Amino acid sequence: MTTEELKKVTANHIVDARGTACPGPLLAAKKAIGDIESGEILEILSSDEGTKHDIPRWCEKMEHDFLGILEEDSYSRLFLKKA
Amino acid sequence: MSTEIENQILELQKKVGKLEKGTKDQLSMVVFSGDLDKILAAMIIATGAVAYDMKVKLFFTFWAISSLRDPKKNVSGKNFISKMFGVMLPKGRNKIKLSKMNMGGMGTAMIKGLMKKHNVASLDDMFKIAGELGVEINICEMSMNLMGFKAEEMIDYPHMNICGVATFLADASESKVQLFI
Repeated sequence: MTTEELKKVTANHIVDARGTACPGPLLAAKKAIGDIESGEILEILSSDEGTKHDIPRWCEKMEHDFLGILEEDSYSRLFLKKA
Repeated sequence: MSTEIENQILELQKKVGKLEKGTKDQLSMVVFSGDLDKILAAMIIATGAVAYDMKVKLFFTFWAISSLRDPKKNVSGKNFISKMFGVMLPKGRNKIKLSKMNMGGMGTAMIKGLMKKHNVASLDDMFKIAGELGVEINICEMSMNLMGFKAEEMIDYPHMNICGVATFLADASESKVQLFI
């Protein structure tokens, strides 16, 4: 998805993992994904740089659709669609 | 002809059965070192693996067992050497030291400060999370006995067993990932 398209996405669930280091955001994502239905969108807020590599790889393995990343000043917003 | 096909199907079924019983999405890790940095690495990998939907089995042996001691628990009936070991080895995860740059405890204190600053979960948190996520901790009975530790002085952890090397090998042989730390 392009940045413009991502900006229009509204997540069904947002999980705020800012202020936690590896593997905090990953564990938060794992927990949150259980709370949403297949096809719904999860947004993860993370201030951990490594998360930007970790979440796409995690999505590959779990077969979720990774939609992309929006950068904010001090954190990133990561979007994915549950498989 | 049809019996030949039937036989082939049977053979395939057997092979598929073996594959299914083969490697699982599982991580088996030998946790051998009792150093703060290495235990921390082990716990980060273990909890991360759960997020990857892997079953996680940790086999704590030798020096690592010290990190599982509960500082609040005291057991009686130890002989002199066991008591000596008990005094000389760290009593619990908050007493273990860095493998490098400990500098009489200064390095360890500094790393703990840095961990807080960088929002890295403490060992207390890591063990709590691991317990909630179902990470299994197996303690090697032989090294526990060797060091004079007793099962009663270990921490309260929801998925803890005392076992031998065969349990580790059985777990490891069906795990996709095996590590030694």
